[in-house]
Amino acid sequence: MIADLMRTVRLGLKSLMLHKLRSSLTTAGILFGVASVIAMLAVGEGASKEALDRFRDMGVSNVLLRSKRPEETQASSSNSRFSINAFGLSYAEADRIQGLLPTTTVVRVREVVRGVVRGENWSSTITVGTEPDFLRVTNMKIREGRWITPLDLHNQENVCVLGESLARKLFPLENPMNQTVLVGTEDRFRIVGLLDYQGRAAGAAGTTYDECVFVPLSSSRRRFGDTVLNPTNNRFENIELNEIKVQARDGGEVEAVANVLRELLLPKNGSSVHKDKGDVEITVPLELLQQAEASKRMFNLVLAVIASISLLVGGIGIMNVMLATVTERTREIGIRRALGAKKKHIIQQFLVEAGVLSALGGLAGVALGMAVPYGIEHFFEQKTLILPPHVLLAFGISAAVGVVFGIYPAWRAANMDPVEALRHE
Amino acid sequence: MNTASNEVIAEFVDVHRHYQMGDNIVRALNGVSMQVTKGDYLAIMGRSGSGKSTMLNILGCLDRPTAGEYRVGGRDVSRLSDDDLSDVRGREIGFIFQSFNLIPQLTVLENLEVPLFYQNRVGAESRAKAEYLADRVGLGNRLDHRPLELSGGQQQRVAIARALMNDPLFLLADEATGNLDSNTEKEILGLFDDLRRDGVTIVIVTHNQTVAGHADRTLWLRDGQVECIVDNLAERAAGSAAEAGGHA
Ligand SMILES: Nc1ncnc2c1ncn2[C@@H]1O[C@H](COP(=O)(O)OP(=O)(O)O)[C@@H](O)[C@H]1O
Ligand SMILES: [Mg+2]
Repeated sequence: MIADLMRTVRLGLKSLMLHKLRSSLTTAGILFGVASVIAMLAVGEGASKEALDRFRDMGVSNVLLRSKRPEETQASSSNSRFSINAFGLSYAEADRIQGLLPTTTVVRVREVVRGVVRGENWSSTITVGTEPDFLRVTNMKIREGRWITPLDLHNQENVCVLGESLARKLFPLENPMNQTVLVGTEDRFRIVGLLDYQGRAAGAAGTTYDECVFVPLSSSRRRFGDTVLNPTNNRFENIELNEIKVQARDGGEVEAVANVLRELLLPKNGSSVHKDKGDVEITVPLELLQQAEASKRMFNLVLAVIASISLLVGGIGIMNVMLATVTERTREIGIRRALGAKKKHIIQQFLVEAGVLSALGGLAGVALGMAVPYGIEHFFEQKTLILPPHVLLAFGISAAVGVVFGIYPAWRAANMDPVEALRHE
Repeated sequence: MNTASNEVIAEFVDVHRHYQMGDNIVRALNGVSMQVTKGDYLAIMGRSGSGKSTMLNILGCLDRPTAGEYRVGGRDVSRLSDDDLSDVRGREIGFIFQSFNLIPQLTVLENLEVPLFYQNRVGAESRAKAEYLADRVGLGNRLDHRPLELSGGQQQRVAIARALMNDPLFLLADEATGNLDSNTEKEILGLFDDLRRDGVTIVIVTHNQTVAGHADRTLWLRDGQVECIVDNLAERAAGSAAEAGGHA
């Protein structure tokens, strides 16, 4: 049975070799169809994986409230050159949220930019002041030592936990555990823990948690205060909290939690301090994730339509050439029938030939379709992702297209009258 | 002297083949009865339009009679399905055509294996058989050649070998030498003579008197009916007797 099929496939190849140019031109439709689908899928997958990973890293059961610097008006910037610019989330708000949503976990975060120094090595990075629940809410892992404890918080201990890259930068040779680092100019912090590599963006834009140092929130407030100088405009800013992470008990509650928080901080109707000032933004990773998934579905749908059209065109090309082949080889069909071939043998022969033809096109299409994403990644720095099931599917469908569009020509061949076929010139 | 045994391997019983042409009915065969026995060497002759091709098609199970019976190896095949007729062709009949009809994209060996392929009998045995038969027709060293690399006579030899691959009940040749020059024709007819001596049953359709002269018997068709069957052996015997008498 398999040997039979192999024989028929070999025969099909031989027959196709009779018309090399025609066969290769015919497969071009399938080739470009398959290639473009694989390439587009790879680009789409790459882009959406990046987005999905980023949103997933934010935590799908979290709602993230962030302070942001309000847009400065002409008046405010000139008038208040020496006044303190106060904005953003406060401790009081965090308490109110915890009270309103008792089933959620509320984590306060304060971020200040400070130089972190260890001997010769130093890094200007973000010092994240936060609470014990931070670790669970961000789903990060401790590699060595421990995380910030309630006691640290209570005692305003000068202890810290280092992100993975920061630890390597400050301590290229020694073990950082129980060593101290200088944060800012006068505060020494003892290292009590080291984080695993996380590879994910920190709350503050442009950095990752791997580059940060983590300290108890109370210690941060005590050592660095709420008011800091913003070096970019040389103004003092008063920010109590840069971020409040609110984690719902599970994904199902996120929507409700998000609604409450929006109503509280940025009500759709009516006004609020934050709404007027524009100094708070609310991010719901789950919503972003769903949006990304929805747009990916849309992308895939469009792609499926394009794929169908190109495969249809390719299939019609195959059908066309197979009809020509059947006519040209009427005599051969008559000979085979005279030598004992049944209709099913003739059908099988031409179906296999059509399948081989389009599978060859599909194969070339797979090669081209896999080469294009490499080029894109190389020249456009756009992440791409080739999934083996997609490649197999595209190839399988291309072969199937040949078989489907070969049915009619094969049927025509099988139903020729053997006597007429033998008489054919 | 007739080497044919009495075993009937192909038999027409009042066979009709009518074609409907608009309002007319063309009676291409109009009540033909005849028998081919094992070892027979029969030529079918007749003027153009007498029904030779029609008779050949039915003999080869490529076509079915409108009425009457056609028996192959004692079995009535005149009402078989398309698939069953294909089987009869594949197992019992060896076709030889005027224009050789080898499949151009296949090698000689592959051409030889085609009949057995449709019987699911391709394998080491079919290869050995193809080699044996290619040897027998004098082309044992051409198994890997394509048909178009061979001369007409060589191609027809391959076709004869192919017709023998399935050990058919009889060979059915349609103007087998019509496309060959006279020297090559002699070779092919000589090959037929050899085969006949080995007991192969042969039916040829021709309008060439020389070709028909090699057969044991000649069946003359006229307007779709058997006009007469001539016993060539008897004639030859009589002819040589007369010649001998003339010299005496
Ligand atoms: N397919 C057909 N349709 C109609 N008439 C046919 C067909 N085949 C043969 N005939 C007619 O049948 C008669 C016998 O034809 P044929 O068997 O080809 O004779 P031959 O081969 O001896 O020349 C002719 O009159 C021919 O026109
Ligand atoms: Mg004729």
